[in-house]
Amino acid sequence: MSALRDKLRAYVIENYLFGQDGNLSDADSFLELGIIDSTGVLELVSHLEEEYGIAIESEEIAPENLDSIERLTRFVMRKQVPSPESEGAAS
Amino acid sequence: MTYTAALSPATLRIDAGRETDRIASRIRDIVFGQFKRKGAVIGVSGGIDSSVTAFLCARALGKDRVFLLFTPEADSSPDSLRLGRMVADALQARSAVEDVSAILEGARCYERRDNAIRELVPEYGKGYKCKIVLPDLLDGSRYAIFSIVIQSPDNQVRKVRLNAKAYLGIVAATNFKQRARKMMEYHYADLLQYAVAGTPNRLEYDQGFFVKNGDGAADFKPIAHLYKSQVYELAAYLGVPEEILRRPPTTDTYSLEQSQEEFYFSLPLAKMDLCLYAKNHRAPAAEAAAALGLTPEQAERVYAMIDSKRRAAHYLRSAPLLIEPIEEV
Repeated sequence: MSALRDKLRAYVIENYLFGQDGNLSDADSFLELGIIDSTGVLELVSHLEEEYGIAIESEEIAPENLDSIERLTRFVMRKQVPSPESEGAAS
Repeated sequence: MTYTAALSPATLRIDAGRETDRIASRIRDIVFGQFKRKGAVIGVSGGIDSSVTAFLCARALGKDRVFLLFTPEADSSPDSLRLGRMVADALQARSAVEDVSAILEGARCYERRDNAIRELVPEYGKGYKCKIVLPDLLDGSRYAIFSIVIQSPDNQVRKVRLNAKAYLGIVAATNFKQRARKMMEYHYADLLQYAVAGTPNRLEYDQGFFVKNGDGAADFKPIAHLYKSQVYELAAYLGVPEEILRRPPTTDTYSLEQSQEEFYFSLPLAKMDLCLYAKNHRAPAAEAAAALGLTPEQAERVYAMIDSKRRAAHYLRSAPLLIEPIEEV
């Protein structure tokens, strides 16, 4: 999980903060900090699908899955290894 | 401060006569006084905003000092030109039609757009129509993600979620349209020594619903401080033709009819107007919700969207920035 989180964190910092982390914590909300706009969300979804080989449903493109490094990490983990509980769930 | 009791469509009501006089005086000051230009060019789309702008400029400068320009292209609705001409007739103002399709062909606007669409819909081609849409912002707590609606030649309609590459490709291509139009407006401004009037209303200006150096470019923007419903009030006062008042606002950018709500605001314009007003006057989202028939969560989402679009629009509104000021100019 730690390696995945670090990789996602590096992507967010490189692509949305231009390499300067600005003390971004793993729990910080991208929305509240104004880090990612609607085009940024599209970029993020494309990146996750291509980099991690996952298919993201429209219902899953929600802040509860994508709005912080913590949430992103949990979401990608869940999508990569679907469990019976999470299969078919929106979050 | 509590705004619930006051927040209704009546909240935005203005004294249309007084506001018209105030704007007209300011237009004269800007065009004649500051810019030393002899009149104004207005690109008229047959929509409410450009029509009101044309009427205001004619009121301010005189009908002989305005020039209306119609710039249809291959995807334009025929209504746009017909209604635009109605404005010119009503004002008895000079006008010209400049079809910008050939300019757009030259820039490969349509080809680039179609190639971007084919990233997701390989069969897209001749005879197909399209538009880009947003989901209803009030429906759930998802991000508002663009989709493209495709209509095949045999009228089969399908909706496909856009990825970043396709979305940016389509927008970058279709933005040629607004830029080609603006280029033509400045051609006439150069010919006539006129200034170019921009036509955004407050919602569009604040939320970035314009193309930088396209319809966002102008020498002055006489209705950028007015909420959409106030533009309608002025339109009625100024005598804008009834058919234009009744026409639903469209983007007139895509081959399928596309409302502004579908493309940008995700909320009916009247509600969007009041939400923006409420937010601007620091009314808590919960109070705005009660007045607008929304849930507090929905109003919070609209407030968050306003902030998000405002941030994104900062770049669009910015004039070129210098490394240091040049004092002499």
